[in-house]
Amino acid sequence: MATTNLATQPGTGLNIPGQPGEVQIKPFTMNFGPQHPAAHGVLRLVMEMDGEVVERADPHIGLLHRGTEKLIEYKTYTQATPYFDRLDYVSPMSMEHSWVLAVEKLLGITPPKRGQYIRVLYAELTRVLNHLLNLTTFALDVGAITPALWGFEEREKLMEFYERVSGARMHANYFRPGGVNLDLPAGLADDIFEYTERFPKFLSDLEGLLSENRVFKQRTVDIGVVSAADALAWGFTGPMLRGSNVAWDLRKAQPYDSYEEFDFDIPVGLTGDCYARYLVRMEEMKQSISIMRQALDKLSKTPGPVKVNDRKVTPPSRGEMKRSMESLIHHFKLYTEGYHVPAGETYTATESPKGELGVYLVSDGTNRPYRCKIRPTGFSHLQAMDFMSKGHMLADAVAIIGSMDIVFGEIDR
Amino acid sequence: MSDEALKELGDYISGALGDAVVKAEVAHGELMVTLTREGALRGIQFLRDDSTTHCEMLADIAGVDYPSRPKRFEVVYNLLSVKHNHRIRVKVTTDEDTPVPSIVSLYPVAGWFEREAWDLYGIFFADNPDLRRILTDYGFEGHPLRKDFPLTGYVELRYDEEQKRVVYEPVTLTQDFRSFDFLSPWEGMTDVQLPGDEKAVIPLGAPASAAKR
Repeated sequence: MATTNLATQPGTGLNIPGQPGEVQIKPFTMNFGPQHPAAHGVLRLVMEMDGEVVERADPHIGLLHRGTEKLIEYKTYTQATPYFDRLDYVSPMSMEHSWVLAVEKLLGITPPKRGQYIRVLYAELTRVLNHLLNLTTFALDVGAITPALWGFEEREKLMEFYERVSGARMHANYFRPGGVNLDLPAGLADDIFEYTERFPKFLSDLEGLLSENRVFKQRTVDIGVVSAADALAWGFTGPMLRGSNVAWDLRKAQPYDSYEEFDFDIPVGLTGDCYARYLVRMEEMKQSISIMRQALDKLSKTPGPVKVNDRKVTPPSRGEMKRSMESLIHHFKLYTEGYHVPAGETYTATESPKGELGVYLVSDGTNRPYRCKIRPTGFSHLQAMDFMSKGHMLADAVAIIGSMDIVFGEIDR
Repeated sequence: MSDEALKELGDYISGALGDAVVKAEVAHGELMVTLTREGALRGIQFLRDDSTTHCEMLADIAGVDYPSRPKRFEVVYNLLSVKHNHRIRVKVTTDEDTPVPSIVSLYPVAGWFEREAWDLYGIFFADNPDLRRILTDYGFEGHPLRKDFPLTGYVELRYDEEQKRVVYEPVTLTQDFRSFDFLSPWEGMTDVQLPGDEKAVIPLGAPASAAKR
């Protein structure tokens, strides 16, 4: 943070009109970031300050812009999937989810039930993964260090489940158009189930640290209040919208991948402040654990393939490829040319942990996307930074950024 | 929503907006309405305020570039109605010079989305109060997502030890940029007459039985 020394600012906070000691405060501009632990990445925030009160906040983004959308236009559909892991690197599989659903919609295929349940299982696991990082670093931003230490340990255990299913801790590339890459390895389902039994204990410990913590509440209650109307007008989605008392969740409203078969609740916050958003995320983790258990239960009753049995879209298994000439040809064609997607366009959105992650995909009938616009969640949230932080203190701006759950991988793309 | 319900909604919008609607179609279970540029602001305001459409949220604005068309850009608005649980996709076409009316007055969230479309495509939005670049570097030139902008860009930057600052230089590729064309696997073989090819051509006026053979 480029600091303007507050101590040398004459009369800061002593602006009492008509008093003998009256001093004129000079508004000054402060540069927050791009390298700052509370900026959650590479956010540069130019703030006009009146003393310690924020008058205007102008976020400068794009410092992590990698041209994902342009790159995707030059890659086949198969090669484009890993780019989605790198959007929101805190919840990689949720990013893939929107993409594979969009491609499936244009291809006109539906993955088999087992594939859908595995996706639900991992999408919810990812939600826990994401909220763990957000809530604990949010707490870190407002002064509590223990939740971060605890939460990261749990995240590591969850990323182990990522690794066991895909081979990678973070950039999984596990969801594929037509299903998932491979079935769960033996024993993984039992281990995840065991984890879901242990996790509520951890959550209640975490809640015990924060929910009734006096300092935490002082820093978050009534900070960054957003009304329901404002939240809709500013394009808020996910916990940001639900924190403002709008019960909107794409998993319920526009279900995808058999979410309609699952039983879960949508928590909403009543006050629209940072604390409400914290509570919503906390409750969502409990719901996710419940969905994961239901998914594991359904998986145990649903044997079968995990991806569509159409060799023009999904590659054959490794063993098959070694023995059958036709499989070898399919494999070669899929990994060089890829598959051609019929011309058309779609806007497909899923409820990612951060909100609505949409993919506007235009295909011209070739093996590469003509245009792939990714609708980031944090983009619209961060835009509202100006009106949310107006009139708040500088330290509250940090709390607001923390409650927004921004990750620059997806905002800058 | 079913395709019929979406079609009805599309007909309703066409009827209410009259000549501002170029076409309304349903594909992949999604409704798409193309508006004229002049009617865009009025049309989107109608979609927001009308009790049947009631799209209180603007989910996204995307630019798309079709260089072969006279109006090369499409601006795609994705509207969402939380109340009625439907989505409406609105399209407006434009070219490099013609501004599109900004909808910041209708949806404040449009501000950054329009900045993004301006930055990446050079689509100009009239009346946007703050149409700066947003994703690209300070001082960037060009509009990178246009189809005629090369994937590698024109400049690259590195830290110069002598000048003690970051310098911009023209892009040098250590390896040729490889772009494979998979569209015609037999490229180079289209006009070649191989021995025996003449047998595949059925002479005109031959009896049907001969053609079968």
